[in-house]
Amino acid sequence: MHAAYSAIFEPGFFASPQVHVAAAIGGLVAIVSAITGVFTVMRGQSFGGHALGDVSAAGGAGALLAGLSPVAGFVGLGIAGAGVMDLIGVRRLRGRDLATGIVLGTAIGLSALFLRLTTTSGATTGATQHVLFGSIFTVPAGTVPVVGALGAVAVAAIAVVYRPLLLATVSPDVAAARGIPVRLVGLAYMAALAVSVGLSSLAIGAILSTALLIGPAAVALRLTRRTGHAVGLACLVGVAVTWLGILLAYDSFYWGTSRQALPVSFFIVALVFASYLASGVPAVRRMVR
Amino acid sequence: MFATSFMMNAWITATIVAVVAGVVGSFVVLRGSAFPAHAIPKGAFAGAAGAALVGVSTLLGLAVFALLGAIGIGSLGRRGRNDVATALTLVMMLALGAAFLSRTTEYEPEIYSLLFGEVLGVSNSQILPVALLGGVCMSAIAVVYRPLLLSSVVPEVAEARGIRAPRIEMLFLVIVAIATAMTVPVVGALLIFSLMIGPPAAARSLTSRPLLAMLLSVAIALATVWVAIAVAYLYDWPVGFCVGALGAASYGLGRGWAAWRRSRAAATHSAVVPVVNPSSGLTVR
Repeated sequence: MHAAYSAIFEPGFFASPQVHVAAAIGGLVAIVSAITGVFTVMRGQSFGGHALGDVSAAGGAGALLAGLSPVAGFVGLGIAGAGVMDLIGVRRLRGRDLATGIVLGTAIGLSALFLRLTTTSGATTGATQHVLFGSIFTVPAGTVPVVGALGAVAVAAIAVVYRPLLLATVSPDVAAARGIPVRLVGLAYMAALAVSVGLSSLAIGAILSTALLIGPAAVALRLTRRTGHAVGLACLVGVAVTWLGILLAYDSFYWGTSRQALPVSFFIVALVFASYLASGVPAVRRMVR
Repeated sequence: MFATSFMMNAWITATIVAVVAGVVGSFVVLRGSAFPAHAIPKGAFAGAAGAALVGVSTLLGLAVFALLGAIGIGSLGRRGRNDVATALTLVMMLALGAAFLSRTTEYEPEIYSLLFGEVLGVSNSQILPVALLGGVCMSAIAVVYRPLLLSSVVPEVAEARGIRAPRIEMLFLVIVAIATAMTVPVVGALLIFSLMIGPPAAARSLTSRPLLAMLLSVAIALATVWVAIAVAYLYDWPVGFCVGALGAASYGLGRGWAAWRRSRAAATHSAVVPVVNPSSGLTVR
């Protein structure tokens, strides 16, 4: 019994302070991302959600260069990017795609410049990799309150506009006919998305940010039609894959002989991808419903 | 700027890349496939890390991962809406890349150049594969030009004529993948996207004729990369920044020009109403 237990939870898993911080940050971000993500998937804005991650990473690189706080860089440029996307985005789906693409292209160009200037000035090594991939295990414990506060802001914003947002998402025409300011509601949602994505790409890296935003929500929306249920289910899936991924990454240090852990982002994304594939299997769907 | 051989290599490859990106990008913009066009090159970047790990050529790694990405997006996506499938395929490939990178001792600058491009470091031996893959891309587009155009502009008509949308979509994603594999080592995984979006989007706001838009987009793409290389050479700025900034600037100018022309047209003869296809915004003739 004990052998089986220590094979699942390798020695020191529950005692490690890094694991505690990672689990706290990961859980928080997973919940905020899942709630925002349900609307992202329903509105078909996965590209926007992903692009905002890169846009805020460019803000992070800029903050690094200017010596500002990374939180301000990530969230600030994220919100600015969301605003510009909305400003130049035509209401049609294809036009929105294009607007997102243009903003994303510009942001990537800025990243290239900021990172080049930063790395030639010799201040930081590993900046490129850190901004792109991040690592949940290197998050300083002091980030937890900031992430918690910003996450609460994003969730509160969505809670305030929940009903009009839902109607505007499902059928914009009906919403407009009932006098709901569809554009304004959409803009409020984009701001919440920018905060959520900005903080998640700061805390856990751009890859995981997109994975946790889209994956659990897509899984939940495949399994249930009711939005309220989908939000709850997405939170569950998000937290489950995050914690399981952290556990596997911790354990992977003891696999084989190399004594080298695989990155936690790999495990979390693999679990997200696997659950998305599983949620497409009809037998699984029937079981859950 | 033109004398040294490595600069000549840069001019030649960048020109090929710009032509291919201009042509393929026109369809990316027409089809609204900006997300796959971003995801395939970015995800293919992981293939380069994988290639370094097993010791094969970078180009092979890029090509394999680009194709895997195209197939993943095409087969997971439901018809008409593939943004969730694209996002998940992309993060899966990137996560594999992160796992590969944790196993190799790639240098930081190399990652940077794969992502953001190092057009000034093109060797003689790289030109031939780039030209070859560029040729493959262009001939593929030429062969499927009409059905591809029809299914991009008026999907309903294409369907009625027996053109299968999923098949065309998959074919198009594979073309994007080939274009990606050849261009990533030169302009970088992230910037090929800017080159496939900015110039074609600008061209489309200038004209609604598909072929003319394509030629214009190639011309703008060429101007963009040439200026970007010159600036990179003179000021040691990353090529990627100039490509991104010029792409956005040309799009902005295109939109401004279109708005100005519309307002003038409205002022002079307001009676002419063009027939516009609602789903693509293209003028149907």
